[in-house]
Amino acid sequence: MAFTAPKETYSGKVYNVTIGTGDKAASFGGENVLPFLPFEGTIPNKPLIAYEIQDVPPADWPENVQKPFSSFSGDPVTWAKFCQDTLKAKAIALRLIGTHPDRENRSPEDAAKTVRDVLSAINVPLIILGSNNAEKDAPVLVAAAEAAKDKNCILGKAQEANYKTIAAAAMANNHKLIAMSELDINLSKQLNILITQMGFDKERLITDPMCSALGYGLEYTYSVMERIRLAALTQNDLTMQPPMVADIGMYVWKIKETQAPESDMPLWGNAEERGIAWEAATAAALLMAGAELLIMRHPKAVEAVGKLIEEL
Amino acid sequence: MALSGVEIFKLLPKTNCKKCGHPTCLAFAMKLAQRQASLEQCPDVSEEAKKILGEASAPPIRSITIGSGDRAVKIGEETVLFRHDKKFVNPCALAVEIKDTLSETEITKKIEEVLASEIDRVGQKLRIDAIALTNASGDKGKFESAAKLIASKAPNIPIILSTTDPASAEAAVKPFAGKKPIIYGANSGNAEAMANIAKAEKATLGVVANGLDELSTLTEKIKSLGVEDMVIDSGAKKAKEMLENNTMIRRAAIKKNFKPFGYPVINFAQRDDSLHEALIASVGITKYASIIVVSSIEKWKNLALFTLRQNIYTDPQVPMQVEQKIYTIGEATPDSPLTITTNFSLTYFIVSGEIENSKVPCRLAVMDCEGLSVLTAWAAGKFTASKIAAFIKESGIENEVKHRELIIPGYVAILSGSIEDKLEGWKVTVGPREANGLPAFLKARTA
Repeated sequence: MAFTAPKETYSGKVYNVTIGTGDKAASFGGENVLPFLPFEGTIPNKPLIAYEIQDVPPADWPENVQKPFSSFSGDPVTWAKFCQDTLKAKAIALRLIGTHPDRENRSPEDAAKTVRDVLSAINVPLIILGSNNAEKDAPVLVAAAEAAKDKNCILGKAQEANYKTIAAAAMANNHKLIAMSELDINLSKQLNILITQMGFDKERLITDPMCSALGYGLEYTYSVMERIRLAALTQNDLTMQPPMVADIGMYVWKIKETQAPESDMPLWGNAEERGIAWEAATAAALLMAGAELLIMRHPKAVEAVGKLIEEL
Repeated sequence: MALSGVEIFKLLPKTNCKKCGHPTCLAFAMKLAQRQASLEQCPDVSEEAKKILGEASAPPIRSITIGSGDRAVKIGEETVLFRHDKKFVNPCALAVEIKDTLSETEITKKIEEVLASEIDRVGQKLRIDAIALTNASGDKGKFESAAKLIASKAPNIPIILSTTDPASAEAAVKPFAGKKPIIYGANSGNAEAMANIAKAEKATLGVVANGLDELSTLTEKIKSLGVEDMVIDSGAKKAKEMLENNTMIRRAAIKKNFKPFGYPVINFAQRDDSLHEALIASVGITKYASIIVVSSIEKWKNLALFTLRQNIYTDPQVPMQVEQKIYTIGEATPDSPLTITTNFSLTYFIVSGEIENSKVPCRLAVMDCEGLSVLTAWAAGKFTASKIAAFIKESGIENEVKHRELIIPGYVAILSGSIEDKLEGWKVTVGPREANGLPAFLKARTA
């Protein structure tokens, strides 16, 4: 029985999204095949990894992921420059976590100033993320979008409760937009539809089906991503064709496995290597599921995932 | 190709004798089609039907057992390409390479590492399953004595004996007689000799080729030589080829019922950089490897790989559950707060994680709600006031805490009054709706 390669042909294609401006602009998505299977289609871009930084010192990050940034992270501008110049970041994700009402409760104006300062210090693309407080994110991201006008950033995350305000701000200031729903392909589809019904160009959207860490629901994110990607390719479902983001660092670096010292959990081995491996393995699995944009924290995890992508 | 229920029905005796435990032959046929029954349950089925149905119901990827006793591992039997379609059946085996160039002390140390690798996670015991002994020395004597050493220290462990030399394979396989070893290294040059050894020793044969065309020719040839049990390797080493070839093999076997690829896949993921190796292994775990060989098994790496394997092989239709009990988080005293949630593993992980983040010692009562999350369990009538009250009463917690205050999830605030009615002497406090509100909530109480 001779072997004939069981190739698939797909009717759909993921939108190609470009962010940033000038020669440091970066693209992701654009493929018409399942992840890393170029033998039956084309994959114009490699996945993009963005380094996560935040507007306030990362006192809430576990020590092992604070360490690489300890001399820079007091100030988002030097932190961003360190990521760009020393770590060779291709994109930076600025999380405005300090605007959260339970945190420093920084004002939208403060957030806008941080965005302006960071943008003037870097030339790689910027992803601007709120604090994930649906109510507060609306005014914060509106101010941030205006501060970053025409810089072709990604703004996020628009959720069911606040998408109108945030999508309008992204539209008015020429940004891309992350639409996030909670681990359900139908909710994800519905939110993308609602946003495009406002007149927002679907080719400027990025889908966030909600990330989960390895061991903490990763299989849900993994399967929702696979289903979204299959819907985009096999059913040519236009609402499922934006590329997908995996916001990994935030979910990985708050679980026990990335924090517990080896003295507490002798069977778990070295805590630093464990944390790095946890972030990298979560990323590797979600790359296999179809994520094109990764937001990560630890330089060694980013490096390892970069090395994997090179081999794929 | 799988037969439909009606096609199967035509081959059954149609006597509706009920001996199989089903009301009619048709009902039995439907169960067979869904693979929820086995043909042996029918005492009257004809030999001819057995043959047809046996072939049709054989899984597209052969089931192979390696090792014996409590260390035996079953691989293969996969039926789908995507885990959301149906549960991936048999979790891939993780094997560590031991080279026969190592000293006896070094080999012993590696074996001990493997035997000590077991970790309990969400009630499952996870471990490095197998040892891949490679004939790196090229010397038959060294290979054989290393094999003997492993057989004496870990007699039941699934072993992969990696050599392309038939004489070395034959010598090294003897200590594993009856223990379902794998002889890996049958290629186009040595296929006949290797097949004969595998047949004589009742071993599974690892078949390796340069690419998929050669692999399909080779497995057919080996099958014609009388070897049924194989694991297959396309020769892929780089992640890209691994992913592409594993995908082609799985697709051909499942979608085209291409028999030459109807065997579990073995991948070799060894790298000098241990973290890189972990990620190559992650590609194998997510995409269709049944055995993955790594070069080192640091504890941190094992934990990550075990967890990924557990996640990927979880049944997407059956939520993961944790044991019903009252968990202590931090140095809880009899005055520490008592919170309650359901036993969906994700709910438990997130809630316990947030309580830990709060640094406020707590007791977390986890109630068996068949693995449903709080709102779903409430809607399904499994997380109700009377059930919560009964659980708290029977848990014996009243002997452990001084206070009588129960913190319930904000989503079921509606239950607070009725729990107080049913749980005499207790006060019910409504906590935050989302787990991420717990740190602020708990800290505010102690402030």
